[in-house]
Amino acid sequence: MAAEVENEISVPINSDQDVVVARHKGRGLATELGFSASDSTLLATAISELARNIVSYAGRGEIVLRASHNSDRPGVTVVARDTGPGIASIEQALRDGYSTSGSLGLGLPGARRLVDEFEIVSKVGQGTTVTVRKWKG
Amino acid sequence: MEVPILKQGDILIATVQAALADSDLLQLRRALVERVVKARARGIIIDLTAMDVMDSFASRTMREMAQMIRLRGAETVIAGIQPDVAFAMVQLGLSMGGVTTALDLEEGLAYLHRKFTKTS
Repeated sequence: MAAEVENEISVPINSDQDVVVARHKGRGLATELGFSASDSTLLATAISELARNIVSYAGRGEIVLRASHNSDRPGVTVVARDTGPGIASIEQALRDGYSTSGSLGLGLPGARRLVDEFEIVSKVGQGTTVTVRKWKG
Repeated sequence: MEVPILKQGDILIATVQAALADSDLLQLRRALVERVVKARARGIIIDLTAMDVMDSFASRTMREMAQMIRLRGAETVIAGIQPDVAFAMVQLGLSMGGVTTALDLEEGLAYLHRKFTKTS
């Protein structure tokens, strides 16, 4: 878990267009670190879901992308942060098919399946921070 | 990012040329459903070769679009989903439901031509 910070890219998320920007930058960073095309796509898809959640539920927020290293193994850490309404039940939000927005309810649980590490901290009325990490395969 | 829609006989071909944002996907859905009626099209091919990511929103929008188009009496074929994109879709828990898929545009056209020859 000893992840040391190398560089950091912050992508402000205010609209659906920013979702595309965030996943492009995430894919770019993963490719730079030597991820396979397949793993880069998995990461880009997870970023797309996390960024969309920001737009759908909080309206605005940011995605921070960071290169991480676990001994010699490179990885990408993604922090999706907003100061929106927060999640009342994280347990429910992580269940497949559960949604309060009329979506498929696969965003959060799906994103979790696409990455290696997943952590969510949310407080009602204060916002949500989801941190995910994917290591080079 | 507008997606060009070409007409070839009674088939409409929409070729996605870059990553689409949610609003672009909704715009494409509106445009295609309208064009199906105007052009009296029987088949629609959406070429997704250039689509970088198919997440839950994109998959749902495509599925809904195919259902709407079916209600107008035409069939949709989704073509060109890249192997990495398909892999991520399955991991995410997504499927294209009952929508016909094809390897690429050529296969999609061949499928629709076969189908139309049989039924006409």
